[in-house]
Amino acid sequence: MSGFLAVLVIVLIFIVIFQIAKASEYVSILKGEKKARQQSNRINGFLLIAFLVLGLIGVYYCNDLLKGKILGESASVQGEGVDTLIYVTLAITGIVFVITQILLFWFAFKYQEKEGQKAFYFPHNNKLEVIWTVIPAIALTVLVAFGLKHWFQLTSDAPKDAAVVEVTGKQFNWLIRYPGKDGQLGRRDFKKIDEAASNPLGMDWDDQLSKDDFMATEVHLVVGKPVKFVIGSRDVIHDVGLPQFRMKMDAVPGIPTTLWFTPKYTTKQMKEKTGNPDFTYEISCDQMCGSGHYSMRGVIVVETQEEYDAWVAKQPLQYSLAHPAAAPATPEAPKADSTQKTVAANIK
Amino acid sequence: MSNEATLHSQQEVMHGAHDHHDHEHHHEDSFISKYVFSMDHKMIAKQFLITGIVWAIIGAFFSVLFRLQLGFPDATFPWLESILGHWAKGGRITPEAYYALVTMHGTILVFFVLTAGLSGTFSNLLIPLQVGARDMASPFMNCLSYWFFFLASLVMMASLFVQTGPASGGWTMYPPLSALGDASIGSKIGVDLWLTSMALFVVSQLLGGLNYISTLLNMRTKGMSMTKMPLTIWSFFFTAVLGVLSFPVLLSGFILLLMDRHAGTSFYLSDIFIAGKALANEGGSAILYQHLFWFLGHPEVYIIILPAMGMVSEVLAVSSRKPIFGYLAMIGSLFAICILAFLVWAHHMFVTGLNPFLGAFFVLLTLLIAVPSAIKVFNWLTTIWKGNIRFTPAALFSIGFVSTFISGGLTGIWLGNSSIDIHLHDTYFVIAHFHIVMGVSAFFGMFAGIYHWFPKMYGRFMNNTIGYIHFWVTLIGAYLIFWPMHYEGMAGMPRRYFDYSSWTSFNQFGGLNAFISIVVILVFATQLLFVFNFFYSIFKGRKLTEQNPWNATTLEWTTPIHAGHGNWPGEIPEVHRWAYDYSKDGRDFIPQTEPIGPNESAH
Repeated sequence: MSGFLAVLVIVLIFIVIFQIAKASEYVSILKGEKKARQQSNRINGFLLIAFLVLGLIGVYYCNDLLKGKILGESASVQGEGVDTLIYVTLAITGIVFVITQILLFWFAFKYQEKEGQKAFYFPHNNKLEVIWTVIPAIALTVLVAFGLKHWFQLTSDAPKDAAVVEVTGKQFNWLIRYPGKDGQLGRRDFKKIDEAASNPLGMDWDDQLSKDDFMATEVHLVVGKPVKFVIGSRDVIHDVGLPQFRMKMDAVPGIPTTLWFTPKYTTKQMKEKTGNPDFTYEISCDQMCGSGHYSMRGVIVVETQEEYDAWVAKQPLQYSLAHPAAAPATPEAPKADSTQKTVAANIK
Repeated sequence: MSNEATLHSQQEVMHGAHDHHDHEHHHEDSFISKYVFSMDHKMIAKQFLITGIVWAIIGAFFSVLFRLQLGFPDATFPWLESILGHWAKGGRITPEAYYALVTMHGTILVFFVLTAGLSGTFSNLLIPLQVGARDMASPFMNCLSYWFFFLASLVMMASLFVQTGPASGGWTMYPPLSALGDASIGSKIGVDLWLTSMALFVVSQLLGGLNYISTLLNMRTKGMSMTKMPLTIWSFFFTAVLGVLSFPVLLSGFILLLMDRHAGTSFYLSDIFIAGKALANEGGSAILYQHLFWFLGHPEVYIIILPAMGMVSEVLAVSSRKPIFGYLAMIGSLFAICILAFLVWAHHMFVTGLNPFLGAFFVLLTLLIAVPSAIKVFNWLTTIWKGNIRFTPAALFSIGFVSTFISGGLTGIWLGNSSIDIHLHDTYFVIAHFHIVMGVSAFFGMFAGIYHWFPKMYGRFMNNTIGYIHFWVTLIGAYLIFWPMHYEGMAGMPRRYFDYSSWTSFNQFGGLNAFISIVVILVFATQLLFVFNFFYSIFKGRKLTEQNPWNATTLEWTTPIHAGHGNWPGEIPEVHRWAYDYSKDGRDFIPQTEPIGPNESAH
């Protein structure tokens, strides 16, 4: 019923607008084309300049309203460069935006058709054209130079001492694997994937490097220590998006990718900094991956070395989960750990 | 004249008649040959336009539906269930339906509306009229071009009604998601229909594009040298070149995708474990598809925007009563954009794991495009400077075009720089950027074209008052919708999410999302007002009483108000000057057909 009423109201508004429009068309015919044109010119000229003024106020207001809800301080060392580049680009494009929009609407208002006014025949001027070819070219050169400098830093090889975490996307969650004590991830093969046997990544148990690898439900990182993500996918393309760290990398089946960064603040510190007790570092999937795309959420916990070590000590080795009989071989695997249950739930 | 001969021979072939038509072309057309399988470029233009309008309503309505979900994720709308059935159980769109709507919105708007509806309409209408030709080089191919588009439309429309729904992997249709029916319900028969439809669409584009190019290169009237052509024609030329060179690459990408789906090949597939089993495919690269796709995909955005640029240049000159400033620079910048369009595709792929060194070249070439774009903007500004501007609805939409092109173009400088893209890629910032610069701007160019050339198409005017309401609501609404999205993107809010409520990083924009959705509904309603104005004016609009209502210099206004097939009743007029002699030597305008006077100053 209310839907029907809403449609009725809209149709009525349409009819009213239409009748007004039709009437004004007759009026303009009566008044003569020239007079009608002068009148609509004055109204639209006024609206153009009003739009400019209100628009610029609106831009300021929108910024005031939303600036507290966006960027925040970069939570990674590498992200600082990204932010600097954003601000430099904002300054340059912001200036150009304000100047060109003012010129556009001001010219439109000022040079609206008037009685006795003649347009100025001005087909070209080489000097002007050279000026506005060269100035943008210089500004862009600066941006390209800054941008590429950061780009090569961001994409450089991770430091040798960086921690390694493997993040593998699947519909619709993230599988996280740590290399364990040896610091090296074991071999894996997608044909060995067997969820029933606690092997969601297809880890190759013949590889000695696999034996001390463990999986987790959250990524835990040590503050101030560089970390390298080894990224992959089990099915379709996903994307590891780390908004607070200003990082992003696709997870492509068959083609491993990497990214690395150094977290600056622990999760606890960020809660204080942002004044938000619910603050969480999140991994968002940024590449359309199917109907559960929007729910593909991962959590990153940044903590101190001690907290991290305590956490690692509690993680059961994936090898022992996959080989319950051989469990005694791994002394540090508490059997009915809560994490273990969530891992099991996760891989379903 | 050679083009008359072509036209005649075409008609004879089709009518099977050998009686010679006189130059006035008063031949008797049946309803079918006049309105359905017409070979008159003007009628084909109208067919493209009206089909485009129908698609635009559907595509925009889809955006209203998914904006309801984004704006009001907790609300239920029982009427949704009555239109969408089990896709909106209980009045709430399912994620599957949401992704189908998003995908079809993109596909429809990008290809069917802003490619076929925009350049299909105006290239067809204006190329013969403005270069002084009786019709296209091949009217038959032109007719086929429309009907292939119509077939593509039918197949795409059919895909909306299959049980597993239409394609739902995003308009870019990235494999493996689009290649595997197990990965998504929309990747079952939906993607096959999508690919079939797009293949037919590519055929339509090639038939059209080759025709546009050969017509404007070979069939210009006497005196119409390339540098005397209006900028509209130049822009249609470069648009057609872009399409002809890049659409075949897209088609090849689609064929490989079809083979991966049905022939067991592994072009794009490797190392995949899905639905509980490992697939046999090894050695393919999912990234290969992205290269093939974006090799068209990026030129595609220029296929969309160049015709709008051309029409805006023309309308701004006519309504400012001034020559377009820097005519040659305008052509040069179109040319530069056309070349660069082919060299920047991988800026859509900075975060795919692309070699960073290769990425650096794409950063450089991408930001280089800002230079010709800046030239165009400054030239438009100088065109209206010291003009005597008449604010017709077309002029207002042209001014709006320049405004949105600046706003959306500048954010391209952000995204083209890979170090910023690494944060903003696939967020709402990207949505804001491309909707403003190629969605809203291209629509503004299209609206400018429709309001300006409506009298030529139908011999009547559209209602001005509704035109003004349409312009102001659309301009203000477009900024209200897309401007705040930049902020959401800066927070890293990913695009193509069905619901943000479970995220602590992105759930701070609830009120803003609802606000945007309300504005979307208002703007959509206003577009319906435009559609009503369009169809009402075809039959009841104020009649055109003079040949040249805007006092324009170009050739289309030298044809009779209701030009028959063949455009000019007598000889095709000869051209003596460029298209932009406005306010020269104290005269308001000098038509292109007027010989250069002995005392006239050179421009």
